[in-house]
Amino acid sequence: MVRKSSAEKAPAPEKAGASKQKYRSRGPTSEALHRFFKQPLGIIGLSILFLEILIAVFAPFIVSSSPTDQQLTEKLQPPSFKHIMGTDNLGRDVFSRIIYGARNTLGGAMLALIILTLLGVLIGGLAGYVGGVVEQILMRMTDAMLSFPYLVLALGLAAAFSPSLLTVVVAVSVTWWGHYARIIRGMVMGIREAPYVEAAKALGVGNLRILRTHVFPNIIPPILVLSTLDLGLIVLAVAALSYLGLGIQPPSPEWGMMLNEARLFMFMAPHLMIIPGAMIFVTVLAANLLGDALRDAFDPRQRIRKII
Amino acid sequence: MLSYVIKRMVMVIPVLFGVMLLTFIMNQVAAGDAAKIYWRMHAGNQSPTEAQLNEIREKMGLNDPLYMQFLRWTGEVARLKLGQTLYTKQPVIKELADRIPYTLALTGSAMAMAILIAVPLGILSASKPGSFLDGASRVFASSGISIPQFWLGLLLIYFLSFKLRLFPQLGSGTPAHLILPAITLAMGPAATLTRLIRANMLEVMTNDFVSTAYAKGLPNFKILFKHIFRPALIPVVTMIGLQFGFIFGGAVVVETIFSWPGVGKWAVDGIFNRDMPIIRAFVLVMGFLFVFANLIVDILYVWIDPRIRVVD
Repeated sequence: MVRKSSAEKAPAPEKAGASKQKYRSRGPTSEALHRFFKQPLGIIGLSILFLEILIAVFAPFIVSSSPTDQQLTEKLQPPSFKHIMGTDNLGRDVFSRIIYGARNTLGGAMLALIILTLLGVLIGGLAGYVGGVVEQILMRMTDAMLSFPYLVLALGLAAAFSPSLLTVVVAVSVTWWGHYARIIRGMVMGIREAPYVEAAKALGVGNLRILRTHVFPNIIPPILVLSTLDLGLIVLAVAALSYLGLGIQPPSPEWGMMLNEARLFMFMAPHLMIIPGAMIFVTVLAANLLGDALRDAFDPRQRIRKII
Repeated sequence: MLSYVIKRMVMVIPVLFGVMLLTFIMNQVAAGDAAKIYWRMHAGNQSPTEAQLNEIREKMGLNDPLYMQFLRWTGEVARLKLGQTLYTKQPVIKELADRIPYTLALTGSAMAMAILIAVPLGILSASKPGSFLDGASRVFASSGISIPQFWLGLLLIYFLSFKLRLFPQLGSGTPAHLILPAITLAMGPAATLTRLIRANMLEVMTNDFVSTAYAKGLPNFKILFKHIFRPALIPVVTMIGLQFGFIFGGAVVVETIFSWPGVGKWAVDGIFNRDMPIIRAFVLVMGFLFVFANLIVDILYVWIDPRIRVVD
């Protein structure tokens, strides 16, 4: 039955004859999560991504054949019972290449996302909290990096090092952290001016502790939403750089690079081109749906009425 | 307003300086020993001695402190002396000038296409929220921002060029050659802009002045365009500036797919040949173009939003 609510919890409004349902106030994060799980598209996006992560992690248990096994007698075969997704120009099983490719594409993108989020938080947080000359220098640097278009800096950096997945990850991270740094600096500046921070400082609380207890917990939810929204873009960037040949090299599988390899045989074996591209598309779509749902859940909703 | 425009144009200078600084730093990180490269270009396969390398370094000013090298390079760029490509030994500035018009044509038409798609779609979608058209355009928008450009390009080539023989596959020459690459490049920005226009218009619609307009009995059409669309447009103009970044970057990939003879393809070939003068010039030019695109957008922004003029 219903437990009596204790004095510490939010008091339930007393109504004569009302149901005995306990009313519990939720914190903002819990509120937002509750809203999130009401959105079907977001749940679909989350499920797809989760599934892909599982596939990437447990790849060896899903496919028996190796992604790099060449069987030149079975080149360029369309999907069949033996090879669910067909074979490529060197007779390798496309299905296993896709499964293993998930590790490189998705893993690379997530690694890049983590690195650039950390960089953005560090630099933006430092700039926002310390202020003064440090902030000016860091922000000028960030602005300079942001004045380059999307892939251009990444291309320039990738030229410096030999092609590999790490090169692409580093290039993407270095060019993207600027967006985060700017936003996080704004947030931290706002928190810095808050009364509770002022009070803490007046009490003599050390800066490090203020950062730990006040600043970080308040910036984590928006950062999570931002990161998820950008995951799609990061996957696209990693795949695009790999498509250009700057990422992981053959024979290792990676979806962007598989598209590059497929280009030569596009007219003879279209499945080679369609399948990896579709995988990238689905992944990015899932990430975007998830990000949209998260953002809608965390931002205050606006009631929009049909006017015309 | 003129004073704002002038101020904004002056602000471009430190940004351009930042672009040059970053390009210079990138070059220092990426390029190999410039003296060795110079030797290889001019003296062939003989191995240079340390003394000869030092002589070259003195001549090229590589032993000077970095800031002096940077200033010297800045001067060279201002005089449009961008050096020679390593492999074809052509002046970089000439190759750049040959290819930039192609890239500009591609990016310009892609942006124009994106706006022409996004504006009607966004307005229609916002005017009938929840309808089939709205649902369809939302699906289009979500797909448009998720689809990889290189995949879209290949798909278009396969289905429209190969199967249906509607458009040529690669190269340039006729306006028909421009269509497929421009569509590929336009898709992402078109989708983003559609979403933004729709969201902004819906938000503007919740304002009281809109209800007033309806109460006054103004024609629907006029309300939609004059009262709802124009305020909603303001953040969209800013977004167009940002989307130029995606279009310039995406042009690299699209040019590679369609063998479009622009700056992007040139740069990718340069990357594989480790042709640093090309890469340097490419990064510099793209940075400059982006800065100017944003400048134009900012000026346009002031023209559209009268409030800024008054405040300034």
